[in-house]
Amino acid sequence: MKYLDEYRDPKLAMQLSQEIHHITTRPWVIMEICGGQTHAIVKYGIDTLLPKKIELVHGPGCPVCVTPLEMIDRALSIAGRRDVIFCSFGDMLRVPGSTTDLLSVKAQGGDVRMVYSPLDALKIAQENPGREIIFFAVGFETTAPANAMAVHQAKVLGLKNFSLLVSHVLVPPAMEAILSSKSNRVQGFLAAGHVCAVMGYDEYMPIAAKYKVPIVVTGFEPLDILQGISMCVKQLEEGRYEVENQYVRSVTLQGNRHAQDLVSKVFCVIPRKWRGVGEISQSGLGLRDEYKDYDAELKFDLTGIKTMESPDCISGLILQGVKKPHECPSFGKKCSPEHPLGATMVSSEGACSAYYRYKRNS
Amino acid sequence: MESFACPFPIQQYPQVLLAHGGGGKLMQQLIEKMFTVAFGPKPQDGLHDSVVLDLPKSRIAFTTDSFVVHPLFFPGGDIGSLAVYGSVNDLAMSGAKPLYLSLGFILEEGLSMQTLWGVVQSIKKAADSAGVQIVTGDTKVVDRGKGDGIYINTSGIGIIEHGFNISPGRIKSGDAVIINGDVGRHGIAIMASRAGLEFETIIESDCAPLNFSVKALLDAGIEIHCMRDLTRGGLASALNEIAQAAGYSIAVEESAVPVREDVASGCAMLGFDPLYVANEGRFALFVPEKHLGPSLEVLKKFSLGLPAAHIGRVLEERKSFVILKSFIGANRILDMISGEQLPRIC
Repeated sequence: MKYLDEYRDPKLAMQLSQEIHHITTRPWVIMEICGGQTHAIVKYGIDTLLPKKIELVHGPGCPVCVTPLEMIDRALSIAGRRDVIFCSFGDMLRVPGSTTDLLSVKAQGGDVRMVYSPLDALKIAQENPGREIIFFAVGFETTAPANAMAVHQAKVLGLKNFSLLVSHVLVPPAMEAILSSKSNRVQGFLAAGHVCAVMGYDEYMPIAAKYKVPIVVTGFEPLDILQGISMCVKQLEEGRYEVENQYVRSVTLQGNRHAQDLVSKVFCVIPRKWRGVGEISQSGLGLRDEYKDYDAELKFDLTGIKTMESPDCISGLILQGVKKPHECPSFGKKCSPEHPLGATMVSSEGACSAYYRYKRNS
Repeated sequence: MESFACPFPIQQYPQVLLAHGGGGKLMQQLIEKMFTVAFGPKPQDGLHDSVVLDLPKSRIAFTTDSFVVHPLFFPGGDIGSLAVYGSVNDLAMSGAKPLYLSLGFILEEGLSMQTLWGVVQSIKKAADSAGVQIVTGDTKVVDRGKGDGIYINTSGIGIIEHGFNISPGRIKSGDAVIINGDVGRHGIAIMASRAGLEFETIIESDCAPLNFSVKALLDAGIEIHCMRDLTRGGLASALNEIAQAAGYSIAVEESAVPVREDVASGCAMLGFDPLYVANEGRFALFVPEKHLGPSLEVLKKFSLGLPAAHIGRVLEERKSFVILKSFIGANRILDMISGEQLPRIC
């Protein structure tokens, strides 16, 4: 298929693999930020084509995985109300909260709907004026523009029955949190291609310079990832720490200015808690005061929710690249996609789910 | 869909009423004006509680399946054709020749008679094309809001005219694994109509009867070890079920599995893997290596899309894994899906 098959060519993959073998002289630890990249690495077996000296660690870029448990419990509380239609991306429906998940709320009579875009939720709000429509706005910079557009349009249309449960997070603060942690092992990054398609990559330059780490904006197909690794290793071997762009077919230095403007108009940067990691200052987005009428957390009474994280889940260490999924004592035993203890086992972008699906026998 | 007018006096009952399943006159009217028009006249001595069938003295295959698809009509098929081919194909997978089907309707009060007529005609057309007879049936009507328009159950009886035991227990190391065409079309056609997604081309379901392909394989003297239709859970789940039942590992080449370009891009967009997407006219076939070429020759005559393909083989190891050689040449597990595939966030 055009624009897909070209990036899965086995001969070129072998060439890139050989090139990486050729240039690697020392051990390096590289983190791929995005869960989509983690999944592609494990699905296509990209890690098996690399020299033993290269270790890939999996980053925090899975929106489902980093959404804090408190926020999922809030979603469950709102979704269980009779007067609401709770809309969410499909991936969030199976994530366990403290006691249940959205699919179970649906089974118990809640009106929980899977949508493909927040604009679909907006349409549902227009069609159901007597009910409250909530969209679970999770994700990184990638999903923020569409969510901002939905709120912006709701305001223009004068819709009173639409709101967002916002749990937006930002990539650069998370990278800084990882780099400044005492247990950090990461020496180079593959930055998330789709986040950069929206935001551009100039905001990564201060991080590369401050922490002396190479950052390569990388795509999601096997050849993208192999080329991103090759560029990153080359910088590491040569002692350079620059921001380079492998994903030139989608990403420009400045990104999508229209999308960025819309996001800044509707959202402002606030501290956010990351599941398994804790609060990171200035690491998320919240609705601006002008749009507070569309904030589900202010619209509904969310007091009295008790949040309880599983004591056996080490997803926080996995999201920071400190541990690998199969190093968790619960992996594949107490914790499986059928009975997940944490979000990393649920999401199709979660590292534990990727290891469970593709690497259980290795 | 055929364009015959609905035989019901529209002005009188344009919609299904609870009474149409109540056993009284309205139900009789439904049977006489719709079902017997489509599926043949009542027997001369009247309708009974059961049908009596003449079967040759042979092994028979018996199956049942229920259909709850939404939307009722989708590109390439509808709940009616699906209900016929579903049971026909289940029979065909044991090498049986399908003969008779039962047809159980659960209708929702308020369903348009025109819609029901459309489904009934589609059932008739599908049954004719698969060479099976609808010989018995039942209708119930549930309150409005308690169904999804139409649910259908079909059960089927077929006769087994060959001497093989076709089952996972028969597969052997070295067997070739073949599929009869491209995968993923039915699931993506349904997803696209549910979500209102539009592609440059219309993706039609692969919904089709498989009994003629199976008969041709048997007639050609192919020693069929096992067959499995690739419905819910797709190719990946079917292969895992067989690997587990047989106790052998199976190796599959990702690049050998035919996937149409529009289906592959639909999957890429939704975050689905075509190997897990449902099909309604596709099956996996396990035959001895020496029968690989002749099997492909036979199946290519029945092609309804991309041609049949040799996608893998049964390994010697007895670990019950399905091992996929990925596009770029690395091996990984092809696992059974947990729950449903859900579209990803970004």
